Amino acid sequence: MRTAVAQLLRRPMTLFGAIIVALFLLAAVFGPMIAPYPYDMLIRGAARLPPSADYLFGTDQIGRDVFSRVLWGARDIITLPLLTTALSVLFGTSIGLFIGYYGGWIDEIVSRILDALLAIPALALALVMLRAVGPSPFGIVAVIVVLYTPIVARVVRAAALSLRGSGYIEAAKLRGEAVRYILFREILPGVLPALVVEAALRFSYAIFLTASLGFLGFGVQPPSPDWGRMVNEARTAFSQVPWALWFPAGAIILLIVGVNLLSDGLRRVFRYEGQLL
Amino acid sequence: MLRFLTRRLALLALTLFLTSILVFASTQILPGDVARLILGREAQDQALQDLREELGLNQPLPVQYTAWLTGFVSGDWGRAFTGGRPPIRPLVMERLGRSMQLALVTLILTVPLSVTLGVIAGLRENTWIDSVINILTLAVVGLPEFVTGLVLINVFALGLGWFPTGAALSSDAPLGEALRQMILPATAAGFVMMAYIVRMTRAGVIDEMKKTYVRTAILKGLSRRQVIVRHVLRNALLPTVTVIALSIGWLIGGLIVIENVFNYPGLGRLMTAAVEDKDIPLMQATVMVVVFFFALANLAADVVYALLNPRIRLE
Repeated sequence: MRTAVAQLLRRPMTLFGAIIVALFLLAAVFGPMIAPYPYDMLIRGAARLPPSADYLFGTDQIGRDVFSRVLWGARDIITLPLLTTALSVLFGTSIGLFIGYYGGWIDEIVSRILDALLAIPALALALVMLRAVGPSPFGIVAVIVVLYTPIVARVVRAAALSLRGSGYIEAAKLRGEAVRYILFREILPGVLPALVVEAALRFSYAIFLTASLGFLGFGVQPPSPDWGRMVNEARTAFSQVPWALWFPAGAIILLIVGVNLLSDGLRRVFRYEGQLL
Repeated sequence: MLRFLTRRLALLALTLFLTSILVFASTQILPGDVARLILGREAQDQALQDLREELGLNQPLPVQYTAWLTGFVSGDWGRAFTGGRPPIRPLVMERLGRSMQLALVTLILTVPLSVTLGVIAGLRENTWIDSVINILTLAVVGLPEFVTGLVLINVFALGLGWFPTGAALSSDAPLGEALRQMILPATAAGFVMMAYIVRMTRAGVIDEMKKTYVRTAILKGLSRRQVIVRHVLRNALLPTVTVIALSIGWLIGGLIVIENVFNYPGLGRLMTAAVEDKDIPLMQATVMVVVFFFALANLAADVVYALLNPRIRLE
């Protein structure tokens, strides 16, 4: 693992991506502390001001500081996808290891259900389910976890399946190890490279989906600053406050490019391509 | 092959069945009274009661679900709740047609270009041109369509004035004008897909170039050009066909957002509007149709893959 990290950091583009992601993580943690204004504060007489020393990213059409809103917004766009990724990886790995190890009819049934769920476009289902449970941070995480768990499960299942027949697993069985030990101590380490790449991809697509839901108005609800929603709101007033669109949109672009550079490095170091969805 | 196809068709049916349950269940926990939603705040109790009776809202859920499902399967999709209660099927079909036009333009714009770029990057592995293509694809893969869409609008519509900002034209507009309006949305929708096809094509070409028959052909005295055109591309591009079919599924998801950015009157926009307005039957119908086409694209990808890999076909 340590050599993998060293290999990663030796690639300049990966290092660049890691720095970008680290900066956004810092913004998510400390952003609210260094933001000059609260995200929902209407600054008197300061509507529609272009970027300046006082308002680094300018102010929006009703006089809120765009820089502060982007900083505050970093928290949701990073923590929600992180949480989503962690939970999908946890559930997906457990399901995938289990059905990959046991095989047989359990695998047959669960795999078919997973395949069927995978054939549903994420955004379409997310919209309908979020409308039902209400657009709360909890709802967003729950819905995306439901959509991403099958993807992780399928990747882990395939990897576990290929390890099942190998000698050291047979040896562990003959030693009389508990199933849990075999799954998590013997099989999981072999699955890890694929899992790390998959987790990075899930994180990237979870940001994608969270931002898109925000843009369509199904994300974190106002007055909380959501980058996707900020872009959508600024769109209608673009000719007056173009900066209110450019900065949150630029933040989304920069964050996703950073995550992609990092996950491309992981793909190359672990030699695993991952999948689109 | 027949057995494989039957299996895949059964999976398609299972997908649609699961979707119908998920969608139906979701619409049932939506807050608010449907009858009041349709008739408005001042409706009389008697009128509300009658409407509930007409829509079957008083019946138990399994009965409602079965009634809805049998109606849907037999082509009776009912009427929408909002917007003057139009019959759903013609409306969905018209919007579906518009979405398909946009999807077609997207495919024509992106597929040939991305395959070419992928082949170039693969043949020139680890040169500067490969690095440039690699970084460009990394930059756009995973960018939300609304961001790319807005960037394109600002640069090419508002900035340079080459294209219109929206695409809300009537269906009888002349072809040239319709195409001009579809260029920007199609480009935005194609970006992510393009990056993916480029990367997969590149990987395919690199794999193929390493095989021993390539060395044999070169040692036999064929020029590099002949080897590439006659042997390598033919083999390397086969998996790309699967990738293209898969990305059509991705495209269907992307159109939901793109159509909203550009006000394009397609199925995705109809769906988001139905979700916003809590128009339950319209929501159910649009989601089912979107899922059907997404699953169909996946099925096509699997079938193509099986045709190319006899091992899977015979399993």
